Amino acid sequence: MSRKPGGASRHWRNQRLTSVSLVPLGLWFLLALSRQSTLDHATVAALFTKPLQALLASLLGAALLWHSMLGVQVVLEDYVRGRLLGASLAIARGLHFVAAVALAWALWTLVSGKAA
Amino acid sequence: MYTMVLSILHRASGLLLSACGFLFVVWLVAAALGPESYAGLAAIFSTLAVRIVFALGLAAFWYHLFAGLRHLAWDAGLGFEKRAARRSGRAVVLLAAAAFLATVLLTPAGRFLAGAP
Repeated sequence: MSRKPGGASRHWRNQRLTSVSLVPLGLWFLLALSRQSTLDHATVAALFTKPLQALLASLLGAALLWHSMLGVQVVLEDYVRGRLLGASLAIARGLHFVAAVALAWALWTLVSGKAA
Repeated sequence: MYTMVLSILHRASGLLLSACGFLFVVWLVAAALGPESYAGLAAIFSTLAVRIVFALGLAAFWYHLFAGLRHLAWDAGLGFEKRAARRSGRAVVLLAAAAFLATVLLTPAGRFLAGAP
């Protein structure tokens, strides 16, 4: 649990906010993938070179990683005790942060057409 | 009992989808690195073990989506009554199963999961 006042209600609100956004974004992603007849490099690179698709993918990635961190936090707080809890939360935050940076770099590279 | 199983399934599917989220990032990074890196990752992604993870991930996606909508309805104060909760629980399982089958049978996802390139 966050030590800052209002941390729990903020957590609750953010988890709902991200879950509501993930419904259309998740469906869009599944639809976008299932419409491709093949998923070779040229197809995938071309897909995320379009600005709208890159924007939707970055929104999906941001909402997904944020929602994932909030959910992982709840699970860790329920099953891990003591000092291990702080360490495991820090590791989870670090992994999610690295993933967010990597995602931003990848989408920027794809949308600027440098991945051809 | 039934409610408890569904609740645990929501957590388990959420954790699996977290893992799939990281695979999504790895996939985009490989695409951004170029055709050779992407081909290397595609070879790993098409192994049986990873295809099983994707199949479970697809099932988790549909289950977590419908179960999540059920949670949002509860947050709005809807369907708390015991019989309504049982009925919506059954609806979530049926809808998720139907959506999973539809995705596998009607889209190229099924062919990929079955091992086509």
